[in-house]
Amino acid sequence: MQNFSLLSLLRNAVSGHRDWKPFWRDAAPRQSYDAVIVGGGGHGLATAYYLAKNHGLRNIAVLEKGWIGGGNTGRNTTIIRSNYLWNESGALYEHALKLWEGLNEDLNINLMFSQRGVLNLAHNLGDIREGVRRVEANKLNGIDAEWLTPEEVKEFCPIIDISKTARYPVLGGTLQRRAGTARHDTVAWGYARAADALGVDIIQNCEVTGILREDGRVTGLRTTRGTIMTPKVGIVAAGHTSVLASMADIRLPLQSHPLQALVSEPVKPIHPCVVMSNAVHVYLSQSDKGELVVGAGIDAYNSYSQRGSFHIIEHQMAALIELFPVLSRMRMLRTWGGIVDVCPDASPIISKTPVRGLYINCGWGTGGFKATPGSGWVFAHTVATGEPHPLNAPFALDRFTSGALIDEHGAAAVAH
Amino acid sequence: MLKITCPWCGAREEIEFSYGGQAHVAYPADPAALSDDEWAQYVFMRDNPKGVFLERWVHSQGCRRWFNAVRHTVTHQIDATYKPGEPPPAQAGVK
Amino acid sequence: MSNAFRIAGAGRIDRNAPLAFRFNGRPLQGYAGDTLASALLANGVHLVGRSFKYHRPRGILSAGHEEPNALVQLERGAYTEPNLRATEIELYEGLDASSVNCWPSVDFDLRAAFGFASPILVAGFYNKTFKWPKSFWKKFYEPMIRAAAGLGTAPTEADPDTYDRMHWHCDVLVVGAGPAGLAAALPAARAGLRVALVEEAHELGGSLLARSAEIEGLSGSEWAARAAAELEALPNVLLLRRTSVFGYYDHNYLMAVERRTDHAGPGRMPGIARKRLWHFRARRVVLATGAHERPIAFGNNDLPGIMLANAACTYAQRYGVSLGRAGLAFVNNDAGLRHALDTHAAARNLTHIVDARVSPDPGLLRRADEAGIEVLTGHLVSTAGGGKRVSSVEVRGIDGGGARRIACDHVLMSGGLNPVVHLYSQAPGTLRYDASLTCFLPDRTLQAVETAGAINACFALDRALADGARAGAATLAALGHAAAPVPVEARDDLKLQTLWSVQTSLNTELPGKHFVDFQNDVTERDIRLAAREGFRSVEHTKRYTTNGMATDQGKTSNVVGLALLADALAKPIPEVGTTTFRPPFTPVTFGALAGRDRGALSDPVRTTPIHAWHVENGAVFEDVGQWKRPWYFPLPGEDMHAAVQRESKAVRTTAGIMDATTLGKIDIQGPDAAEFLNRVYTNAWTKLGVGACRYGLMCKPDGMVMDDGVTARLAEDRFLMTTTTGNAARVLDWLEEWLQTEWPGLKVYCTSVTEQWSTVAVVGPNSRKILQALAPEMDFSNAAFPFMSFREGTVAGLQARVFRISFSGELAYEINVPSWHGLAMWQAVMAAGKPYGLTPYGTETMHVVRAEKGYIIIGQDTDGTVTPQDLGMDWIVSKQKDFIGRRSFSRPDTARAGRKQLVGLLPADRSFVAAEGAHLVADPQRARHDPATGSPSLGDVTSSYLSPNLETGFALALLADGRALHGRTVHCVTAGGLQPMTVVDPVFFDKEGKRRDGID
Repeated sequence: MQNFSLLSLLRNAVSGHRDWKPFWRDAAPRQSYDAVIVGGGGHGLATAYYLAKNHGLRNIAVLEKGWIGGGNTGRNTTIIRSNYLWNESGALYEHALKLWEGLNEDLNINLMFSQRGVLNLAHNLGDIREGVRRVEANKLNGIDAEWLTPEEVKEFCPIIDISKTARYPVLGGTLQRRAGTARHDTVAWGYARAADALGVDIIQNCEVTGILREDGRVTGLRTTRGTIMTPKVGIVAAGHTSVLASMADIRLPLQSHPLQALVSEPVKPIHPCVVMSNAVHVYLSQSDKGELVVGAGIDAYNSYSQRGSFHIIEHQMAALIELFPVLSRMRMLRTWGGIVDVCPDASPIISKTPVRGLYINCGWGTGGFKATPGSGWVFAHTVATGEPHPLNAPFALDRFTSGALIDEHGAAAVAH
Repeated sequence: MLKITCPWCGAREEIEFSYGGQAHVAYPADPAALSDDEWAQYVFMRDNPKGVFLERWVHSQGCRRWFNAVRHTVTHQIDATYKPGEPPPAQAGVK
Repeated sequence: MSNAFRIAGAGRIDRNAPLAFRFNGRPLQGYAGDTLASALLANGVHLVGRSFKYHRPRGILSAGHEEPNALVQLERGAYTEPNLRATEIELYEGLDASSVNCWPSVDFDLRAAFGFASPILVAGFYNKTFKWPKSFWKKFYEPMIRAAAGLGTAPTEADPDTYDRMHWHCDVLVVGAGPAGLAAALPAARAGLRVALVEEAHELGGSLLARSAEIEGLSGSEWAARAAAELEALPNVLLLRRTSVFGYYDHNYLMAVERRTDHAGPGRMPGIARKRLWHFRARRVVLATGAHERPIAFGNNDLPGIMLANAACTYAQRYGVSLGRAGLAFVNNDAGLRHALDTHAAARNLTHIVDARVSPDPGLLRRADEAGIEVLTGHLVSTAGGGKRVSSVEVRGIDGGGARRIACDHVLMSGGLNPVVHLYSQAPGTLRYDASLTCFLPDRTLQAVETAGAINACFALDRALADGARAGAATLAALGHAAAPVPVEARDDLKLQTLWSVQTSLNTELPGKHFVDFQNDVTERDIRLAAREGFRSVEHTKRYTTNGMATDQGKTSNVVGLALLADALAKPIPEVGTTTFRPPFTPVTFGALAGRDRGALSDPVRTTPIHAWHVENGAVFEDVGQWKRPWYFPLPGEDMHAAVQRESKAVRTTAGIMDATTLGKIDIQGPDAAEFLNRVYTNAWTKLGVGACRYGLMCKPDGMVMDDGVTARLAEDRFLMTTTTGNAARVLDWLEEWLQTEWPGLKVYCTSVTEQWSTVAVVGPNSRKILQALAPEMDFSNAAFPFMSFREGTVAGLQARVFRISFSGELAYEINVPSWHGLAMWQAVMAAGKPYGLTPYGTETMHVVRAEKGYIIIGQDTDGTVTPQDLGMDWIVSKQKDFIGRRSFSRPDTARAGRKQLVGLLPADRSFVAAEGAHLVADPQRARHDPATGSPSLGDVTSSYLSPNLETGFALALLADGRALHGRTVHCVTAGGLQPMTVVDPVFFDKEGKRRDGID
C-alpha cells in the first residue's frame, strides 16, 4: 500500500501527482471466493478488511451494487459515541470507539476523527433520570461519561439557550468527551484501500440477484455480473437487507425508513461539539468544512427511495432554533436521505441465519456509522469462524424468539 | 409530504395520518398454541418489500379511522386505499 | 468616479433614486433596481472575494443564484448574514457588505500564501496528512483546518426577525416567470384555473428584462409587464415575486420561500415576517426554470473580470453596466455568441470574439463584423493573465498553434447552456444526456408536470414562447379543459462545439490553474487526480474533490466536472452518470423553516382549568408531556425539599389536595366493552359490578408493561378508563387500533374525555370529613361507599362523580366535575378543607407517597423491558383468558429466573437518598468496571426519596433476581463512594393496607 504522509505528498507534488495509485483496484468478479461480503458500505468494507487482516482470508470479495460508501455511510451525520445504556450495547460500541481511536494509523489515512464530545440534553425529570442512569451504567462499563448541570452545558457549548423560560428548558445533560465525528466518505475509502492492499476484490456496480443454496447451505450468488460461487456470504446491506434476505427465504424484523439530514452553508467555527436532544428532537454538529450538520427522526413510512417528507425537516429546524436561537439566519444548503433498517429493539442483528454459511449484519437503524470498525471486527469473526464473537453473541437473530431483546429505546428515543 | 386518500374523508396531507406498518397481519386465533418461533413471527417479523406494499394508515387528525393503502416503497405512488376487512384491490399488482 | 461604468440610457435602474452603500467599508453609490453586484461593477469593483482554499482573488462570475464567487457578509450584529450572493442582493439605502474568508482584507489576503502550497493542496490532501504526530491533531491540525475552512461568520445574537408559513392548493403551479413561464401561465389563468405563478426576481420577465426583444409589437419587458398586469388582475391567480421554489416533493408538493423584507434593508419593515415558507400542493406543475450558462476551463479562468457571457449581457442591458473598456468573448456556441453581441450592443466594449468553432453562424458573424469586433474562429483562449484583474489572454488556434496575446480588461465566456433541471430531478425525474448540446434534459417522471422553455433546450425567445404555450395547452388538457394541442417545439440547435477544457481540447498541459468549481477551488487537475486514484463514480469524484459541494451546489461546475471525469476515464458521459440534484435548489434560511414554531408555540402548552390557582399560589411546575403540572407548592422561604416534606406529611396526617386532571380519561361504551377490556388488560373485567373500580395493567404484544390505571364501570355497557398523563393519547390510539383492525366485530366505542373532566384528588385521613362537609347528602361511610367504588352526587352544589381510589394508600377521593367547574370545585374543597389544614401538593409529593406504598409509575419504574411479573404483580395477570402480550410471558428469556425485579431499598444511613438512575452492586470490592467481567451492576434505582413518614431515605429499584435478595445488602454507587442499602419488599408503609379506609 502506498504510504500516505506529508512526505509522500511532497514527493508526489514534485512529479505532478502522476504517480498516485488507485485507492483500490477496480476488480472484476472471479468465479469463486472463500467468502463474499454483500454491501460495500463502511460495515461491509470493514468486515472484509478484518477478515483479511485478523483471519487471514485473502480470497474474498465485497460486492456493491452501486459505488462503495454510497449508502448510509455517505449519508449520515457522522456521530461517533459509545454511551449506550445496556451492557451488551456498551461493550460493542465501546469496542468500536477504541478502534476509531487507532484507525488513522491502522488504515494509514486521516479519517478526520474529531473527539469533540457528544452532549445529550435533558429537558424534563424523566430525561434527567435516564441520563444519570446511563452515565452510571457507562462508568461501570468502562465508558467515559459525565453528568453536566445546565451551566456546565452552557460552558461546554456556549451557543445553547439554557434560559428557564424556554418551552422545554435545558435541565442538564450527559457528556461523553471521547465521542465526536469523523469524515464519513474517507472511512469507506480507507477501509477499501486497506482491504484492497490485502488482496480483497472490491467489485462495484455488481448487484446480487439471487442466493444459491444446497441442502440448507449457501453455495453462491447470482449477480448482475455473473454467478459467483462461495461457501460463505455476509450480508451487510443496511436498508436493503430485507430484500437480500428474502432471496434466501429469510424474514427479518426490519423495516426500511427514510432518514433525512441536512447541512448549512459553511461558516467559521461556532459550534464546538455534538449536541443531541431527545425531547426537543434534533442533533447538531459542525463539520471540519464549517457546515452545520443537522439531523432528527425518521419518516414514518417504509421507503427505499432516499427521499422523505419535508415536514420532518421543518419540525427539526424548529427544534434547532429553540435550542440554538443564534442560528436562525443560517441557511440550509443541502438535504439528503438514507434508508435505515429499523429493528424493534433499536439494536443491530449480527448473526448466523437458518441458512448455513449465510450471515447477516443489519438493523443498525439510524446509528450504524459509529459502530463501523466494531461491526466489521465482530462480523468478520462471525463469518470466518461460523460462530459469533462474544461481543455480538447477544445480537443474534434468535433473540426475537427468546425475548432477550436489547431495548435501547428508553435511552435513545431520539433517532441516532 | 404524501397525499393520502382516506377512504372516508378523501385526499388529505400526510401530516393528518399516522403510519401502521404492514397490513393484513392478523392476531393469531390461539396464541397459546403457537411455538415461540411462530409467536415471534407475529410479534416482530414483517415484510419489508422494495416495491408494492400493503400497509396500514390511520387518519389520526381526522376521522381517527384505520385503513389500508397500496403504496410503492420506491416511487411512493399510492395506487389505492381501502377499508379494513376489504381485500386489496385487484389492480394493485400484488404478488 | 462614481458609477464610471454605467452605460448612458441603458438598463432598468432608477437613476432618480441613488442609494448609498458600503462594501468592505468603502462608501459607494448605486441605484434603485441594482443588485449589489451590478452596483459594484458600475463602480468598477471587480475584486469581491477570495476563494475557499487558495484565497485567490475572485470577481463576479454570474448575475444570479448560480454565483460561486461573490459571497458577502451582509450587515452586522443581530442582522448579519453570511455567504449571501452579491448577485442576488437587491440594493437598499445604507447596505453594508463585506467580503468573506479573507484577512486582513480582500485586497491583501495573507492566506493567499496558501497558493504557494497549492502543489500539495490537491484533492484529498488532508486525508494523506495531519496524522503525525498524533498528539498534534486535536490541539493544532484540526483547529487550524477548521479556522481556515468556513466562509462567513454565523450571527452570535438572536434573530430579531420573524418568519411565517403559508399553505396553498392550486390547479397549476408555474415555476419561473420568464417568457416560457408567462406563456404557460396565461392560458391556464384565462381558463379560470387556480394558478400560482412563482418568480424568483422582484419583477416578472426573466430573460426578457435583460435582452433586446420584440413580442407582439412590444419590447420584451413591456410584454412581460402587460402579462403581469393581466395575471395580477385575475382573482384566480396568485402571483409571487421574490419567491424561490426550492424543493419538489412527492405527489406534486413543492416548497418555496418568499423574501418579503430584505429588499428594504434590515428592520425597515417592522411587523412583516421577513420570509414566508410556501407549501404548494398542485394538481399540475409547469417548470419554466431556464438555463445556466457554463464556464470553460482554461488557465486562470477565475481571474476577476472573467464572467459568463449571459451575465455580462444582463449587466449591460438590465443594469446599464459595462464591465470595462476592452473586452473579449470566448464561446463555443451560438447562444454564447448571441449573448456577447447583445452585451456589445449596449456596452460597445468588445474588441475580440474567440470562437472555438471554425464556422459559426454567418448571420451572427455579420453582426460582429458590423459592430467592429474582430472574430477569431477556430481559436481558443488558453490562459488568462493578470493579478487581481484579468489584463490579457493568450489565444491559440484549435490545432494549438498561432499563440498570440490579446490585452483586455474583461472576458466573457460561454461553454454552452445547462437547462435548470434541478427541480425536475428532485420530482423525481430522470435526465437524458444530449450529446449535441452537451447537456442534460428532462426525461421521465411520475409526477404531473410539464417543462417549458430553456429547460427543454428551447433557448431562443420565439421557441421559449412557443414551448410555454405548448406546456400551457398540455396542462389545460390534462386538467380536462378544452385546449387546442400545440405541436412540440423543436429544441434549439446551438451549433455547439464540445469544449469543456482547453487543455483537454488541445491535449496539452497549459500553465495556470484551470478551475471547474470556482468556490471550492477544484481544478481540472483535481478531477484527473481523482480518476487516477480510482474514484471512478461521479459521486466519488464529487466527494473526493468537493466539486459541486460549495454553496452554489455546483450550478456552474457539475456538468463540466462530470465531462472531465468521463474524459479521464475514457468513457461516454451518460455512462459516468450525473449526480443527483437534492433540495434545496437555493439555500433556505433556518428561521424560515422554523416559522412561528418557536418559544411557547414550539409545542402546545396544556394546562388544567385549575392552572391559574396553581400559579397564584406559587406552584413550581414540571413538564409532563405537553402538560404543565404543579411539581410542589413552596411556602415563602421554603425550598423544594422543605415543601415536599411538609406536603407528604400532611397527606398522611390530615389531608392533601392534588390536581389530577391531566390523567388520561377514556369513555368506553358498547355491549362488548367488558370483553374488550378483558383483551387489553391483563386481568379480568367481566364480573366487575356497576359502580365499582378496578386497577388494570396493559402490555404490548411482547409482554412488556405499557400503561396502567383505574377503570370504573359506569354502567353495564360503559366504562371510564384512566391512563397515565403521558400515555393518554397513545393508549386511545392503541385501543382504536385493536378495535378497528383486529376486533371489528366487537361493539365498542372509545372517546377521549381527558379535557372534559377536571379531577380534584382529596387525600388523607381527613378526606372523608371534607367530602362529607361538601356533600352532606352523600353517604361517605365505608359501608355505603367502599374502596374502589364510585358514586354520583352533588358536591359543593355541583354535579360530580366521586371515585374512592387511592394512589397513596390513604383514604382518598377523586372528584370529577365538568372541566368548566374544575376551578370552582377546587376552591370549594380548599375552603371546606381549611379547618383540617388541607394542603395542596404537587407531583413530587404524589411520587413520594405512592413510592412509600410501592406503587409504580409507568415510564419511571418501567422502561419497556419490564413484565408484570418483574414488578411482582402476578396477582393481576389472569391465568384464565388470553390478553395482549400473554403469549410472550412463556418465552425463554421472559420466563427465566434472575430477571430484574422491582424491590425496595432502605439505606443504612437513613439520611442517604440515592440518585434516581444510580446503580447497585453486590460486592463493595468489585464496584468498578473490570475488563475481564464487565459491569458489576445488578440494576438501578428507579425512584428515590426522603420520606417524612418513614423518617428515612428509601428507594425502588429494578434488581437482578431482586426478590431472592430480600434482606441482603447491596451497595449504591455514588460519586462519594458506596452506600449500603438493604433489599426489602417494595411496600414500605402500611403493609396491611389498613389506612385506605381511614384511621379513625
